[in-house]
Amino acid sequence: MATSLAHDASTVRDSLMARIWSWVTTTDHKRIGILYGVTAFLLFLLGGLEALIIRLQLASSGNTLVSAETYNELFTMHGTTMVFMAVMPLSAAFFNFVVPLQIGARDVAFPRLNAFSYWVFLLGSLFMNASFLIGAAPNAGWFGYANLTATQYSPGVNIDFWVLGLQILGIASIAAGINFIATIVNMRAPGLRMMRLPVFTWMTLVTQFIVVTAFPVITVALVFLMFDRFFGTNFYSVAAGGDVLLWQHLFWLFGHPEVYILILPAMGIISEVIPTFSRKPLFGYAVVVYSGLLIGILGWGVWAHHMFQVGLGPVADSVFAATTMLIAIPTGVKIFNWIATMWGGKIRFTTSMLFAVGFIAMFIIGGLSGVMHSSPPADLQQTDTYFVVAHFHYVLFGGAMLGIFAGIYYWWPKVTGRLLSEPIGKVHFWLTIVGSNLAFFPMHFIGLLGMPRRIYTYDPALGLDDMNLVATVGAFIMGLGALVFLVNVWYSRKRGAPAGDNPWGGATLEWAIPSPPPVYNFTALPEVRSRVPLWAKDGMTPLPESPSEDIHVPGGSFWPVLAAVGIVLMAIGALIKVLPVVLGGGVVLIVSVYAWAFEPFEV
Amino acid sequence: MARFQRQYVPRVNNAPRKHPHGAARSAAAVVLAAAVLVVSACAGEFPQSTLHPTADFGERIDALYRTIFWWAVGVFVVVEAALLFVILRYRERPGSAEPRHVHGSTLLEIAWTLAPAVVLVFIAVPTIRTIFQTDGTAPEGALEVEVIGHQWWWEFRYPEYGITTANEMHVPQGRPVALSMTSADVIHSFWVPKMGGKRDVLPRRTTRLAFTPDSVGDFSGQCAEFCGASHANMRLRVMVDGEGDFAAWVTRQQSLPVVSESLTGLARQGAELFANPAKLCFGCHIVEGISPGVLGPNLTHVGGRTTIASGILPNTTEGLTRWIRDPIGEKPGSLMPQVPLTEDEIAALVAYLQSLD
Repeated sequence: MATSLAHDASTVRDSLMARIWSWVTTTDHKRIGILYGVTAFLLFLLGGLEALIIRLQLASSGNTLVSAETYNELFTMHGTTMVFMAVMPLSAAFFNFVVPLQIGARDVAFPRLNAFSYWVFLLGSLFMNASFLIGAAPNAGWFGYANLTATQYSPGVNIDFWVLGLQILGIASIAAGINFIATIVNMRAPGLRMMRLPVFTWMTLVTQFIVVTAFPVITVALVFLMFDRFFGTNFYSVAAGGDVLLWQHLFWLFGHPEVYILILPAMGIISEVIPTFSRKPLFGYAVVVYSGLLIGILGWGVWAHHMFQVGLGPVADSVFAATTMLIAIPTGVKIFNWIATMWGGKIRFTTSMLFAVGFIAMFIIGGLSGVMHSSPPADLQQTDTYFVVAHFHYVLFGGAMLGIFAGIYYWWPKVTGRLLSEPIGKVHFWLTIVGSNLAFFPMHFIGLLGMPRRIYTYDPALGLDDMNLVATVGAFIMGLGALVFLVNVWYSRKRGAPAGDNPWGGATLEWAIPSPPPVYNFTALPEVRSRVPLWAKDGMTPLPESPSEDIHVPGGSFWPVLAAVGIVLMAIGALIKVLPVVLGGGVVLIVSVYAWAFEPFEV
Repeated sequence: MARFQRQYVPRVNNAPRKHPHGAARSAAAVVLAAAVLVVSACAGEFPQSTLHPTADFGERIDALYRTIFWWAVGVFVVVEAALLFVILRYRERPGSAEPRHVHGSTLLEIAWTLAPAVVLVFIAVPTIRTIFQTDGTAPEGALEVEVIGHQWWWEFRYPEYGITTANEMHVPQGRPVALSMTSADVIHSFWVPKMGGKRDVLPRRTTRLAFTPDSVGDFSGQCAEFCGASHANMRLRVMVDGEGDFAAWVTRQQSLPVVSESLTGLARQGAELFANPAKLCFGCHIVEGISPGVLGPNLTHVGGRTTIASGILPNTTEGLTRWIRDPIGEKPGSLMPQVPLTEDEIAALVAYLQSLD
């Protein structure tokens, strides 16, 4: 199945069908990265659309734009989509495209497993969103607290879509996690020691360790819920002596590490962007790496801070308050190191750099409001209100999404060979920064003044109409920003300035090769002698103009796609409660995995 | 570190560069907008504000929050100012020299690890003190109220007085109140911001809250844990009464309701409808001595409440009429069905309910 260089180039141009087929069966990490990016961005737009409807509904008290039921579906799917189907896979797009290039590898360790991850993610996302088509989207919140999710209180298929869909998406994440750990540990170019790895690759590694440890926890929680709903078990059934708090502990034991799964990649991205545009290496490299590791580890010890209002008792509250406050330290250290990197630099405010600086500015606010409700008594007033909504949007939009946009503008030329337009990019940036602050900053007040989350209507007597209207206007300005970004993509596709190998003067390996990179990435595997190989004198062995011999790259395979189809068939069978469909899906899965295992990898 | 002391020479890039225009101006606009919001937030009347508590529980939290808030403001100003200084001072200008490649400073790393740690100590100590002060244990002699959360209304029981009521909790000013709370169905959360923080209300568990209200008044709150279709409509009130008013309220609640036979006119018709099994009322609602229902709120003294349907409608003729006419329209998912009634029958029932004061 391996394709040689010359052979690959000619087949790609054959016909439209052949081109589509080549994308469907591709195992090239760069193509899979593009697929991840495009799919996740479309889902990001869908999640954003849901947010805009939510904001329209809340623009005034007592609004009746959507019904209570629709509203509950919208906020559930907004959260679920943004966490699992937008931000995580957008990060995955960068892992896929950038990490193998940054470590001087030809592909990931398991190219077909990589394709499998993508197709499972795509089909899982379609499965979950198909619920809208039959008017039964999940409606118990992205956190799906037991026992509201029990059949007694949620008899429809809404929760079935959710419990099955999340399990599917979890498979994609765990498979990708294992793949990237294996890739980063084993496939680094000669001389690229761990402490020479680019920080983005480091943060990817930390993130993937969290993924492979955290996702099994939520999978267990989801399997329990699935058994309760499908087979009448009693894990969360209070009447039978089950415990509703079991769900909360399992969910947040996953859920808090998940927060770091969302933010660490963005921290990695801006740790690349800031040095490049300050023309200085990252300040305190080792400390930034270790603080990322520490955040990953400490992230496991704080879950009960999501449960202060449950009444776990003063001792547990004190302990979890202390561990939560501790996380502020490595996070603060990262911020100080980014600022120190820019200190004394020669800062170019490209769009990418603007987004990176926007990340820092907004993340500081999100971090500080986080410290506020790390204090359990304060949290008792703030949790489940718009104060918390403000907090995590500063962290996840102001942090993760701005970081992702910084990454998009930074690596776009590497992916496409053309630069995104800087003037349009700046319009995009300013609309996004003004819109998001206008949308999210008032939410601090809205929460402190008594508005709970997840309510489709509120009493005009609360006096919160004006501030809610401001937040809605802000959300639409953000939406306009996203449209401007799409214009930029469309404009730059044909008219963007040619990028060249290294348009930004970056220091890491991906900038040593052409844009877009050839299918084999590197003409010869470089030997790396520096943390900043392109800036250091003699930082790496020079790359020859063309490969000295044919390079074997992994060939296409449709077994991963078919295996993903099998998994989704099983979920569909479970959803419609038709056993033969479940078994049929299982057969497809087993046959595909078997065929995949015995597929010859090299010609 | 020694390995990285070498001076690196980044590749020169000749792409045209631009300086940020109006960055400071836009930042100023955002700050101004925020300031306007702060001012408007302080000026208005906010019945569910956490910032103006009227009970010891809320006041302790507020004092702690203000401490943390000012620390956060301090950190915010220092760090954002540093960021602003750096991006203004070190932005590329024509002819600026290539930066020196500094790789780190152990001293600085230690300093900015310790600095947040020290700030956190100043936050953690009062935090832990407040946790133990507000853990829900009430002093001796507190008024015990049992809270039961239902989809989507609140039941309050006063074992001391043998009273059961719904959605409006009366408590006397100055006497500690001890809530012991549980849920009849899913998880809810009891939250009356002016009294203090929220506490989840869970099935098969008992959670506690304690507070001592210090001002007379009518304080609104609502369920804070998502509990299904009408979560937004699960509101409640804590009515803090002066001592005399509270005693009068207790006496009123302990009295038996008006007997149907003593009623006249429309209310009399309503009483008969209420007792008619075909109209479904008494299957769910208790009127002490008259009907045994247990699923819905106790209506023995419903006429004395200010709101109905867990705070979403005023307890007026119009409010009651709307509610009885279409409960599910008013409160999506409501377990109270739409009973087929003529407008005259509704008017009669409303008159009866209003007589139950």
